[in-house]
Amino acid sequence: MISKHHKMMSRYLLAALGGIALGAMAVPAQAFTVDIANGAEPGSLDPQKTSGVWETRITRALFERLVTYAADGSLVPGLAEHWEISDDGKQYTFHLRDAEWSDGEPITADDAVFALRRVLEPAIANQNANLYYPIVNARAINAGEKSPDTLGVEAVDAHTLRIRLTQPTAWFLQALAMTEASPLPEHVLANADDGWIKPGDTVSSGVFTLSQWQPQSRIVVTRNPHYYDADQVSVDEAVFYPIDDANAALNRFRTGEMDIAYSSVPSSRFAWARENLGDALRVGPLTAEYFYMFNLHDGQPLADRRVREALNLAVRRDVITDQILGQGQTPSFWYVPRNTANAPRGDLDFADMTMDERMARAKALMQEAGYGPDHPLRLRLNYNTLEDHKKIAVAVAAMWKPLGVEVELINSEAAVHYATIREGNFEVARYGMVATINDPFDFLNAYADSGSASRSSGYHDAEYDALVAKSTRELDPQKRRQLMTRAQQRLLDDYALLPLYDYVSVHLVSPAIQGWEINPMDVHPLRYLQESEQ
Amino acid sequence: MLIYTLKRLLQAIPTLLIVITISFFLMRVAPGGPFDGERQLPPEIEANLMAAYHLDEPLPMQYLRYMGNLLQGDFGPSFKYKDFSVTELIMQGFPVSLEIGGLAILLALIVGLPLGIAAALKRNSTVDYMVMGTALTGIAVPNFVIAPIFALVFGVLLGWLPAGGWNGGALPNLVLPVVALSIQQIAYIARMMRASMIEVLGSHFIRTARAKGLNEGEVIWRHAIRPALLPVMSYLGPAIAGIITGSVVIEQIFGIPGIGRYFVQGALNRDYTLVMGTVVFYGVLIVLMNLIVDLLYSALDPQIRYDD
Repeated sequence: MISKHHKMMSRYLLAALGGIALGAMAVPAQAFTVDIANGAEPGSLDPQKTSGVWETRITRALFERLVTYAADGSLVPGLAEHWEISDDGKQYTFHLRDAEWSDGEPITADDAVFALRRVLEPAIANQNANLYYPIVNARAINAGEKSPDTLGVEAVDAHTLRIRLTQPTAWFLQALAMTEASPLPEHVLANADDGWIKPGDTVSSGVFTLSQWQPQSRIVVTRNPHYYDADQVSVDEAVFYPIDDANAALNRFRTGEMDIAYSSVPSSRFAWARENLGDALRVGPLTAEYFYMFNLHDGQPLADRRVREALNLAVRRDVITDQILGQGQTPSFWYVPRNTANAPRGDLDFADMTMDERMARAKALMQEAGYGPDHPLRLRLNYNTLEDHKKIAVAVAAMWKPLGVEVELINSEAAVHYATIREGNFEVARYGMVATINDPFDFLNAYADSGSASRSSGYHDAEYDALVAKSTRELDPQKRRQLMTRAQQRLLDDYALLPLYDYVSVHLVSPAIQGWEINPMDVHPLRYLQESEQ
Repeated sequence: MLIYTLKRLLQAIPTLLIVITISFFLMRVAPGGPFDGERQLPPEIEANLMAAYHLDEPLPMQYLRYMGNLLQGDFGPSFKYKDFSVTELIMQGFPVSLEIGGLAILLALIVGLPLGIAAALKRNSTVDYMVMGTALTGIAVPNFVIAPIFALVFGVLLGWLPAGGWNGGALPNLVLPVVALSIQQIAYIARMMRASMIEVLGSHFIRTARAKGLNEGEVIWRHAIRPALLPVMSYLGPAIAGIITGSVVIEQIFGIPGIGRYFVQGALNRDYTLVMGTVVFYGVLIVLMNLIVDLLYSALDPQIRYDD
């Protein structure tokens, strides 16, 4: 909107002054407002009750964490100026800087203790609470078995916070950068737990404060003068619009009304956008994986490893990424997206074979497993409603056809689809997994003992579980990556799933804005945005 | 009349109870729950969520709890929009939907009625064919086609009007959604008015009026239009209730903060309390609108009287 404000102002002046030389007029300083098409209406702005990126984009602007994200998504000190980790990796000591809540009260280590206890309270029902289970007693507190004040977190003094873990955890700092770990204003919440997020009244610690919230219309955040680094921030105000129709967001970006439009290019419009929107189109890798989950439970056709291998062999990932999607997705022969920090190496063992060799092997495997023209394999393939999911499913079914596989495509709305997966009532199901932290942990853990994918798919491998558990405790990055590579390779050698591609993020950012960087975690802190020189 | 109104209102209570009960249980029979999403949750966290929303209780117990709260006017907190109660969401969104929908209906009547009358009077003429042809197109082309075209043409390409956004209900922001929403209604009303005009013009009392020597204008204005409006009136009751409760398509495409989206999104998200809230709200509106239409009937047609 920057340029538009200037334009309007110029027109007004021209009309009023009848063309007196504009150069002589002092144009008043413009407020730097960023208008953002933000996808959906947030379910909540309580940083411990959010779950989607459209929510955390706002809560991260309102609440600062001990460690926070730089413009490129890496971790940098936030409310904690520095910290020490004990040699055994089980004790973290954070030293908080002098900082204030937006009401002028000091931010203390007690506020951090308060927040970490609260996020584990069963009644808060936080969806990422398991990321804090490494803290002493956390799991028992979250299960309602222990009182929150038994949590292994203490305020040594107003500026020193100590966290004790049950075991060294390689990714623990990442968990503290999550919005749920933001210290919370105990002096406010102690009196009003419910409905403490109200425009004008919300006491925040971040770059911005909440000044307006009209549901389904707009959320306005304004610069917080009490923020510790307030004089480094250029954005005066940001407005988040919950525009859930991608075409509508694209339109409003084109008219100049929006400066940033998240996920606003429908795949059918991507080619047009690349032709016409120039540098505004920002496509980058994402730590998210698109794959088909197999049901490995006893009695299922895919309990047979040979069938799983054959199905994997026959799928041409490049056809899906280049011809169906065409947005720069990476064909995937692995499970953990390659752009994740510390991503394990290794891939499906046929990645180097030609397609002919792969098909020959696939057919032989199917025959070996007892399937053929007289006895075709009938498979159900479930996907949730979305045009791209449908196209991919149709293509995969066609690729399996030469193996004599007859596919029944089953489309359902998201809630039904994921319930079907949770109940294990599927044979092959489309799945998209997005990292909550920039680490392979989410992915690997899902297929490990008691992980969600393990429960749904019936995949169990004691050695895999042991490798994943060990890799979590390993603090040396090299050794840790080796352990994770071994774990992933076991999963791939078992053909436990069918990876298709690593996702990309597709956003629109006005060239008038600088400081917005593409990164795999897809975090774009407002505090680094600047107006371009025009 | 007053007694009749009271009676009708009392009759509405069991109707609403049945609607609420059926909706409550239908919603729960649907597969999938409010926390089924791309992120599958660890069992202990799922248990916490279920307990926090009392979803771990037996269904009849949940039903009683819901009805108890409802009697106190409490629709409960939304599962999806956790910082707001369902009542707050409806009360913030309804005025917006009412404004857009009310204007659309008004526009539809102002344009649709004269078109229908003109077509009936010039039956089988070019005017008639043009009006009816356009009306059929209006009915056949759905909102989700018209609205994006409007936004693209008038908002992006021509730049005459905002491509979307509410902006506190500023006039330029109202034009496209109101027109897009009214097009189908114009078509329905024009067709209905034409058909009923033609029927009335062929009836005995019109022949009598003409036989009395009244001129054609008087026949139409004093005798034909009023009875011809009756079918349009009965259509308008439920139609108004439908339109002022918002349109999910119009709201999503033009970014209007109304309540239309809650009907669809609430159901897709399995946001049980929000769905129930909108169902109750819509039910009450339908009952009220039908009552108003019936009362207006007696004003339009002296043969209809509600004495007892």
